[in-house]
Amino acid sequence: MAITRDEVAHLARLSRIALTDAELDHLAPQLDQIITAVAQVQEVAAEGIPPTSHATGLVNVYRDDEPRPCLTPADALSQAPAVEQQRFRVPRILAEE
Amino acid sequence: MTVTYEEALQRYEPVFGLETHVELGTTTKLFCGCPAVFGAEPNSRVCPVCLGLPGSLPAANRRAIEYTIKIGLALHCGIASWCRFARKNYFYPDMPKNFQISQYDEPLCTDGYLDVLVGGRTVRVGIERVHLEEDTGKSLHVGGATGRIHGAEYSLVDYNRAGIPLVEIVTKPVPGTGFGAPGVAKAYVTELRDLLRSLGVSDVRMEEGSLRCDVNTSLSVRGSGVWGTRTETKNVNSLRSVERAVRSEIERQAAVLDGGGRVIQETRHFHEDTGVTTSGRSKEEAQDYRYFPEPDLVPVAPPAEWVEEIRASLPELPSARRARLQAQWSLSGLEFEALHNAGAVGVVEETVLAGASPADARKWWLGELARRANDAGVDVSSLPITPQAVARVAALVASGTLNDRLAREVIDGVLDGEGTPDEVVAARGLAVVSDEGALTAAVDEAIAANPGVAARIRDGKTSAAGVLIGAVMKATRGKADAARVKALILERLT
Ligand SMILES: [Zn+2]
Repeated sequence: MAITRDEVAHLARLSRIALTDAELDHLAPQLDQIITAVAQVQEVAAEGIPPTSHATGLVNVYRDDEPRPCLTPADALSQAPAVEQQRFRVPRILAEE
Repeated sequence: MTVTYEEALQRYEPVFGLETHVELGTTTKLFCGCPAVFGAEPNSRVCPVCLGLPGSLPAANRRAIEYTIKIGLALHCGIASWCRFARKNYFYPDMPKNFQISQYDEPLCTDGYLDVLVGGRTVRVGIERVHLEEDTGKSLHVGGATGRIHGAEYSLVDYNRAGIPLVEIVTKPVPGTGFGAPGVAKAYVTELRDLLRSLGVSDVRMEEGSLRCDVNTSLSVRGSGVWGTRTETKNVNSLRSVERAVRSEIERQAAVLDGGGRVIQETRHFHEDTGVTTSGRSKEEAQDYRYFPEPDLVPVAPPAEWVEEIRASLPELPSARRARLQAQWSLSGLEFEALHNAGAVGVVEETVLAGASPADARKWWLGELARRANDAGVDVSSLPITPQAVARVAALVASGTLNDRLAREVIDGVLDGEGTPDEVVAARGLAVVSDEGALTAAVDEAIAANPGVAARIRDGKTSAAGVLIGAVMKATRGKADAARVKALILERLT
């Protein structure tokens, strides 16, 4: 088995996605099949070739340390669900920063 | 049960390590052009990139990479020829995009060291890694009694700080410092702060949070050779707190172990007010960050020529400067450390450059001026007197124009804003009586007024001359050169 039901439940929790037991029963086997299918790539992966993380082959793309215009606070906050004291108001943070 | 620090050290050997975060002093943030400034109005230094809005693309700030390499080189690290940023996934609202761009298993700099001066000797602290990441936003917790997270009803977030380049410097575990462990930890952070300042990569203001420390501490039973479970103490944000946090964790862990318990691997929080740590979330339930190579940023592969260019631009490092000055001034390790701890190395150096002897410069800055600074509750280097003025006072003493008492008065005048030493001497009429005739007259008067003392001196009790010197000083209102007065008295009576 490529991924267990418990692992799917764990990932869902980490991703803040609420899944019911029925959804887990449904999704876990599907994800298992998908991962098994993708894993076939491993079989053709040649020895000594590092996994690809970037397809372009570019390195060292930098910007100069020059300021650019910012959004106004009003624009920055315009999509926030809640605003107070010109700050994003969010549910309490459970753990320390 | 409680265990004193001394008892703990009898049975256990502490091992500590430090993770230090320092905000770089770049003009802009790490991945966008927003100004990296402290104290701007909330959410006024943000843009689509640092807010993580859809469709935005980060681009790394060349100067932040350069500064990180500079720090790595100053810490004698190797610089990676190729490395990547990594995405650290988590869902606290202190990062608006639900991840932080950091580095994971490919840090830019690895395996170095920092020599720190403590107790007159040098301790070499190994550096595991130096990596670059973005800082998080700042949260205000509303509804709790103290503004802390626990008990808060909701939080308010300002993202001005989100995306400011942050360098994390991680030490290797430091064993074998025994009783001195807290002091070595503090000396390390002090040395690191001074080094970062000398490199010009950060203003390193701890009170503004531009340098923050996490302290790892573990104990091993003496002689066992087995390291214990470590705890990580967060929120250690002053030099004094670094020392207190290590000490407090040593005492706490010793009490746990003595009581037959086991130390739990966990995050603890340091409380400035009480000096103790309390338990945070334990590592067992710690976040699973699912790091993966950051797809939006291409790899960093600093060309060797660039690294060498940066190496060539390094200023004289504090440890090298210390060794040079200590030798130039012919000081012992402890004598130099006293200057270092008083924050007086820089002012003494400038005073010497202004013409004073190293001994005179040290005498004034560690003596009279350190006392004034202490009374005023400021650093000696922030007293309103320049090294040049101190050098001038020393020169006036050396030439016999001032004696030590008058020199202190001149210092008073300069500190009170009355002008240069020469102006104070003129305005207050402070120069010693150099008129030999007036001095001789005062000496003769003193002898005449104290015939008994004069007789004793004639009998060979030259130590009695002090009484006559005192009388002459009184008559001249302290403006006589005591050595000259003594010579005149002895000339007349022996
Ligand atoms: Zn921005």
